[in-house]
Amino acid sequence: MTVATIDAVRPELVRGRGGGGPASTRTVVAYGFWIFLLSDFILFSGLFAAYAVLSDQTAGGPTGAELFNLRNVFIETMCLLFSSYTCGLGALSAERRQPGRFLIFAALSFVLGAAFLVIESTEFAAMVGKGAGPSRSAFLSGFFTLVGTHGVHVTGGLLWLIYMVAQVVAKGLRPHVLRRLLCWSLFWHALDIVWVGVFTLVYLMGAR
Amino acid sequence: MLGRLSWAAIPLDQPLPLYAMGVVGVVILIVLGIVTVKGWWPYLWREWITSVDHKRIGVMYVILGLVMLLRGYSDAIMMRTQQAIAVGDAQGYLPPDHYDQIFSAHGTIMIFFVAMPLVIGLMNFAVPLQLGVRDVAFPTLNSVSFWLTATGALLVNVSLVIGSFSRASWWGYPPLSELAFSPDEGVDYYLWPLQISGIGTLLTGVNFVTTILKLRAPGMLYFRMPVFCWTALAANMLIVAAFPVLTATFAMLLLDRYLGMHFFTNEAGGNQMMYANLFWAWGHPEVYILVLPAFGVFSEVAATFSGKGLFSYRSMVLATLGICILSFMVWLHHFFTMGAGADVNSVFGIMSSIIAVPTGAKIFNWLFTLFRGRIVFTTPILFLIGFMITFVLGGLTGVLLAVPPVDFVLHNSAFLVAHFHHVIIGGVVFGALAGINYWFPKAFGFTLDERWGKASFWCWLIGFYLAFMPLYVLGLMGMTRRLQHIADPSWQPLLLVAELGAIVVFLGILCQIAQLYVSIRTREHRRDLTGDPWNGRTLEWATSSPPPAYNFAVLPSVETIDAFWNMKQRGLPPDEPAYQAIEMPRSTPIGFIIAFFATVTGFSLIWHIWWIVILGLLAAAITVLVFGWSENREHEISANEMARIEQARPGLGRPA
Repeated sequence: MTVATIDAVRPELVRGRGGGGPASTRTVVAYGFWIFLLSDFILFSGLFAAYAVLSDQTAGGPTGAELFNLRNVFIETMCLLFSSYTCGLGALSAERRQPGRFLIFAALSFVLGAAFLVIESTEFAAMVGKGAGPSRSAFLSGFFTLVGTHGVHVTGGLLWLIYMVAQVVAKGLRPHVLRRLLCWSLFWHALDIVWVGVFTLVYLMGAR
Repeated sequence: MLGRLSWAAIPLDQPLPLYAMGVVGVVILIVLGIVTVKGWWPYLWREWITSVDHKRIGVMYVILGLVMLLRGYSDAIMMRTQQAIAVGDAQGYLPPDHYDQIFSAHGTIMIFFVAMPLVIGLMNFAVPLQLGVRDVAFPTLNSVSFWLTATGALLVNVSLVIGSFSRASWWGYPPLSELAFSPDEGVDYYLWPLQISGIGTLLTGVNFVTTILKLRAPGMLYFRMPVFCWTALAANMLIVAAFPVLTATFAMLLLDRYLGMHFFTNEAGGNQMMYANLFWAWGHPEVYILVLPAFGVFSEVAATFSGKGLFSYRSMVLATLGICILSFMVWLHHFFTMGAGADVNSVFGIMSSIIAVPTGAKIFNWLFTLFRGRIVFTTPILFLIGFMITFVLGGLTGVLLAVPPVDFVLHNSAFLVAHFHHVIIGGVVFGALAGINYWFPKAFGFTLDERWGKASFWCWLIGFYLAFMPLYVLGLMGMTRRLQHIADPSWQPLLLVAELGAIVVFLGILCQIAQLYVSIRTREHRRDLTGDPWNGRTLEWATSSPPPAYNFAVLPSVETIDAFWNMKQRGLPPDEPAYQAIEMPRSTPIGFIIAFFATVTGFSLIWHIWWIVILGLLAAAITVLVFGWSENREHEISANEMARIEQARPGLGRPA
C-alpha cells in the first residue's frame, strides 16, 4: 500500500509518523521538555566524565573512602527516590483533577526533597570543615561540582514546586497548569535518574 | 563597590583601540539618532524587538551575523596586515598583547557570532515555512534565544572599550586560560558571553528538534521533508547533544578561575588535556552544526535552479544523518599530538577519513542534480558551484590532516589555518550567502540585485583563494599559526599575496553592501508578486512574499516530496479556501528583558561586581516567574479577519 493511500484510508496510521499535522500543545510541550532534559543529561555526562578522570587525583588529600558516609547517602537516596514516587502519585491526582490529593503529595515530595538537600548540605559542610573543600584537590573539585550541580537542580526543582503549587491553588488544575506540572514532574524524575548515576559512580564505587 | 572595574579598564594609553572605539561609537550614535529622529522606535519595538515571529527572529539573527562579520573581518585584516609588515627588523603596528587579543576575538566572533547566527537565522526563517506550519514549537523561547545570543555578541564587543579580551585564542586552552597565567578579565570576557549565548543556542536546538519532529503540515511525513529541514534537524540534534558539553567545560574553567578549583590547573591534580578533549567533544560537532545547514541550503538551491528534483533524496538524508553521528567520533584529531599513542590516533585518523565518505556522496548528489538540468545562473547557483570546488579541495586537505604522521608535522601550522578557513568559508559562508540571496525575496518581497550579487561572489571566491592558498605553502614551509612577528623574510611575498586576498574579500563585502543598497532603492521594480520568484519546489514558495504573520491561511496538505512543485503540476487549490479561526502567539518583551538582565549580570560577573550579579539574577528570575504565571499567550485571528487579510495581500503563491 503506498503512502498516499494510507493517508486516505487510515489517517491514524499516518498520525504516528507525523502525517496528521501538528501535534497537540500538550504533546509538543512535554516532548520539547524531554529534549531539554536530554540536554541536561549531557551536561551531567560532561561532569561525570570530568569526575571519572579526576577521581584519583587527590593531591595528597582525603580520598572518597575516607570521606563518604554510605549510611547517610543511603538515607539521602531513599528520600529522593520516595519523593519521585510521591511526585508520580501527585501527577496522577492532578490528571484526575483532585487538587486536594495533589497538594498532599506535593507537600510530601517537597519534604522528602528538602530532607535530601539538608543531608547533602550537612555532608558538604562537614567536608569543608575537615579541610576537604572543592579547592583541596582535583578529585574534590570534580566531586563538589558534580554532586553540587545535582543539588542545585534539586533546589531549583523545589522552588519550582512551590511556584506550581501556588498556580494550582490560585488557578486550579486548568490545562496550561497541568502542562507545566507535567514538565515539573518530568524534571523531578530526571533528577532521580541522574542521582542513580551519582550514587553508583561517586559513592558506591568511591567508598571502596 | 564596582569590583575590579576602574578607570584603568578604559585603554586611554593605547591609540588603536581608542580609534576603534570612537568609530564604532559614532556609527552607533548615528544609527540611534536616525532611528530616534525618524520616530522608528515604536515600530521597532512592536514589530521586531518584541516579535516572536520566526521570520522576524530569523532576519534579526542574519543581521546580527552580518554586522559581526564586519567586526570579525576587521580583526582579520588587522592580523593579515601585521603579518605582512612585521617581518625581520620591522615590528609592525600591533604589540603582542593586542595581537593576541585580536586573534582570540577573531575566532570567537566568527564562529559564535557570525557563523552561528547566520545558519540559525536561515533555519529560523525557512524551516517552519518549509514544514508548512505557522511558527516554531516555542515562539517566545525563540525570542529569548535570539536575545541571549545578541547579549553574548554585545558583551564580547564591550571588551573593545572596557578592559581587554582573552589572549588565549578561541579555544581558551588551559593552563594559559587559568588564573595563574591570565589573571585579568580577558578570559572572563570570553567565557561568560559564550555561556550566555550558549544557553540561547541550546534553547534553539530544543525548539527546532521539537518543531521538526512534532509540528509539520498534514501529510508531511519524514521522507517528504525538504532536505534543508533534514539538515536543520541534524544540526539541532547536534546542538542539543553537544552544547551542554561546552557549557559544562566552561563552567569547570570558570570554577577554576572564580572558586580556586583544580579541574585544569597545573597543581593539585588538574588535567589540561581533559579540557582539550571536552572542548572538542563539542567543537567537532559544532563544525557540522554549521556546515550541515549550509549543505541543506545548497540542496535547495541545486534543485530549484536546475528545475529538477534533488538527485537521490534518500541518500542525501542518509548522508546527513551519517555525518550527524560520525561527527561525535572524530574529536581527537584536533590534538593528535596529545600523546594518546598510535592505536588511539589510528582510530581517530580512520574515523576522520570515513566522515569524508558521506560528504563525498553529497557532492555527487549535487553534481547529478545539476547534470542535464536547466540551470539558471543566479547568484546562489554560483555560490553552489564555487562551494563544490572549494569544499572538495578543503576536504582533501582535511583528509590529509587526518593522517596522524602528517598532522604531527602540520599541527598548529599555517597549513591548518588554511584548511579550516577553506572549509568554513567555502562551506558555511558560501552557504549562508547563497541562502540569503535565495530567501531574501521571500523575506522582504523583492529580489536582490544579481549584478552586485555576482560581483560579490567573484570577489569572495578569488579573494578567498588569494588569501588562503599562500597559507598552505607557508605552513609547509614551517610557519606556525598566530605569529605576531615574522622572523623569516622569505615568507613575506606570500604573506603579501594573502593580504591582497583579504582586501579582495573586503571588496566582496562592499559589493554585498552595494547589492543591498541598490536592491532597496530599486525595490519597486523588483517586487515579487507571485510569492514564487524562482519557480520553487518547497512550501515556503506556496505563500506570498513576504508571508503573513501566520504563514499559511490554511495549512497546506502534503502528498509528495517537493510538495509545492507537485501542487503546481496538479493545479493549485481553489482561490477561496475555507478560512478557520487560528491562534497566534502574542508578541512579548520577555526575551529582550531577560537579555537585558543577562547583559548586566554577565558584565558584573566579568568584573566581580557581586551585588549587581545578585540583583541581575533576581530580576531575571522574577521576569521568568511573571511570564511563567501568564496564561493568555495567544490571540485569535477570526475567520473573517483572516479572509480580510488574505484578500488585501498580494500574490498567493500562484504561478505568474
